[in-house]
Amino acid sequence: MPKVTIDGVSIEVEAGTTILNAARQIGGDLVPPAMCYYSKLKGSGGKCRVCLVEISKGSEANPNPMPKLQASCCTPIADGMEVKNMTSQKVQDMRKGVVEFLLINHPLDCPICDQAGECDLQNLGFDYGAQTTRYQEGRRTFDRIDIGDKIQLHMNRCILCYRCTYVADQLTPHRDHGVLNRGDASEISTYISHAIDNDFSGNMIDVCPVGALTDKTFRFKSRVWFLKPYRAHRQCSHEKCNGQVDVWMFGNEIYRVTARKDDYHEVESFICNECRFDHKNNADWTIEGPRKLEKWSVINQGKYMKRTAEVNIDTEKALLLGRNEDRKRLSMVAPEEAKKK
Amino acid sequence: MGRKILTEHINVPGIQGYEVYRQHGGYRSVEKALKMTPNDIVEEVKKSGLRGRGGAGFPTGMKWSFIDKKSGRPRHLVCNADESEPGTFKDRYMMEKIPHLLVEGMITSSIALEANLSYIYIRGEYMWVYRILERAINEAYAKGWLGKNIQGSGYDLDLYVTCGAGAYICGEETALIESLEGKRGNPRIKPPFPAVVGLYGNPTVVNNVETIMDIPWIVMNGGDEFAKIGIGKSTGTKLISASGHIRKPGVYEIDLSISVEEFVMSDEYLGGMYSDRPLKACVPGGSSVPILPAELLFKTAKGEQRMMTYESMSDGGFATGSMIGSGGFIIYDDTTCVVRNTWNFSRFYHHESCGQCSPCREGTGWMEKILYRLEHGYGSQEDIDLLWDIQRKIEGNTICPLGDAAAWPVAAAIRHFRHEFEYHVRYPEKIKDRKHFEYEPWEKVKHLMGTKEAVAV
Repeated sequence: MPKVTIDGVSIEVEAGTTILNAARQIGGDLVPPAMCYYSKLKGSGGKCRVCLVEISKGSEANPNPMPKLQASCCTPIADGMEVKNMTSQKVQDMRKGVVEFLLINHPLDCPICDQAGECDLQNLGFDYGAQTTRYQEGRRTFDRIDIGDKIQLHMNRCILCYRCTYVADQLTPHRDHGVLNRGDASEISTYISHAIDNDFSGNMIDVCPVGALTDKTFRFKSRVWFLKPYRAHRQCSHEKCNGQVDVWMFGNEIYRVTARKDDYHEVESFICNECRFDHKNNADWTIEGPRKLEKWSVINQGKYMKRTAEVNIDTEKALLLGRNEDRKRLSMVAPEEAKKK
Repeated sequence: MGRKILTEHINVPGIQGYEVYRQHGGYRSVEKALKMTPNDIVEEVKKSGLRGRGGAGFPTGMKWSFIDKKSGRPRHLVCNADESEPGTFKDRYMMEKIPHLLVEGMITSSIALEANLSYIYIRGEYMWVYRILERAINEAYAKGWLGKNIQGSGYDLDLYVTCGAGAYICGEETALIESLEGKRGNPRIKPPFPAVVGLYGNPTVVNNVETIMDIPWIVMNGGDEFAKIGIGKSTGTKLISASGHIRKPGVYEIDLSISVEEFVMSDEYLGGMYSDRPLKACVPGGSSVPILPAELLFKTAKGEQRMMTYESMSDGGFATGSMIGSGGFIIYDDTTCVVRNTWNFSRFYHHESCGQCSPCREGTGWMEKILYRLEHGYGSQEDIDLLWDIQRKIEGNTICPLGDAAAWPVAAAIRHFRHEFEYHVRYPEKIKDRKHFEYEPWEKVKHLMGTKEAVAV
């Protein structure tokens, strides 16, 4: 099997693996970020350019370095290839540049954006963004569009990763939406404002790396870091949906349902709209336990720290306890304490 | 006067029609090619050293030999007639004047590549040229040069002309293929290259109009004969579309062995500067190549004479050289404002960026806005450095070469004409009129930049 060295760490992977996937097999800090690549969607990748890496040695057969930075998500590895990501100053500089490009037209509405807290662009901005902007001109703006009755498209926030168009292409029977116009005027849109009506359209909310596509049943209900995600499942009647989801709860109330995501924020299996939008009742779900999040995630803040083992949500008590803790955090007084006072 | 390979019969009356074209030796190369083996033709083209005339200058024979013949899939030849580079108009002229030469070239090249289905992709703005080509193809079908069993040889070839919808990006080969397939003209991610996975997933070769038009001559006269013209690796003749402040603008066929000075100043070619004003700058290969100041145009940085060849034109890299590109030769005299010119180019690239990858989508618009500010007197000193930084971050980081093409002219303008940018920042009241250099050329205002006057707000 071909051997590839990324930031000094060697790994043997199958031929034809991309650099990004090889890096993901190693894991850790050396994995390049990806905004447009999505392993579950065929043809995605290569567009956002944040995953650019330096190839300091092409392969064993041709050891010359590649003159340009290469997009790691669509460059297959070769035997003996040496890749520099975090160790290359050039890559870090360019990534800063690309993040700046992504941010010049992105509105600073994180305080009211539903994606805040689980946004890939926020993470990227935290790692590579500049403190100030050098962009003085007006940002491009679009009107909000309703894509179906449950999904809102907020084009201002879009970074044109094309993931949602791949969802529409690959999960649904016919092409529902795509990209209109060209250059920085291009926008995601449905065919002449036609509403999207199919069972899997909700997945485009999950694949969206930013807050451009949001769930209308959850819009402005709560910040994600006030909610606790739990693994849950139900018997779903849809043939393509396995009913395995994350439910986001505040106390014992389900605020929203999303597909399960892995370490790289990719959906494990796509879920149907019925599971996502129509079942917000506790009784519909069998809760398996809390979802693991990265340590640094803002959603993780102060949760599951003490009693991860105990919060095996099998009792009403644990649910109630969770609710009281939430109230404390929100400076709300629990009913029992209020009585005491 | 140099050799005429493409334009030899261009002024013969009625050469647009089949009969006259045939009388002047038309379609003889097809007859000859049908008797040769495909590999022999590819070898001849390799020997000729013909380089792609669309801009990148990649050896055509090499490109042809990359095509995947082992897979057994049908192969395609696509002619790139989507000539949209500002400053380039050679292909239009040729297709308009002598359409049968392109058809003949397409047939000969298809024989070499063993392709049975070939396309000419023409830009939507050239609608009348599209009709001329259609007529020529219909004539060729009627005379048995296209269709089933060409001239009784057993070789089949279908040739179609397809019209684009007016996008510069569709001149990039993978975007062209996408557009030809009926999709949005977004460049594909390479690899795989079109020679392996191209049109409809089949091996495909995409060549410029001028490259294809050179093929009949090479087949007739042999590759060695072609290689005798020109210097070193720049062989044959090249069409140059000359425009700007010169006496005789137009399309010229030159040997790739004359000097730039001869080309610009001699009466045989451009005839010198219009109304004898001094030369200021030149864009030698269409809008996407770096601009060259007058002192670097005729002489390279080493002091050698600059020739009209691929190598000599790019001598010194981008620091002191440029590229011959697609041959859009634009000459500027001292009334031109380089900042305005760069802004104009940037506006074009902003408009034409496909919007697929982020550096190009966002960066081209940003550069255009900054250049607008500078040109209209609202710029600041930091804007020049910012512009430099943006172009540096676009170049090389995009999917297709449009990002590079947008970045190079800006980089070269700042590199060679930074003083003019600074003049725009420091004297905004002087540059309010767009014709400011016409009233006061740079030579007259140069002294102002030496003074330590406060930077105007």
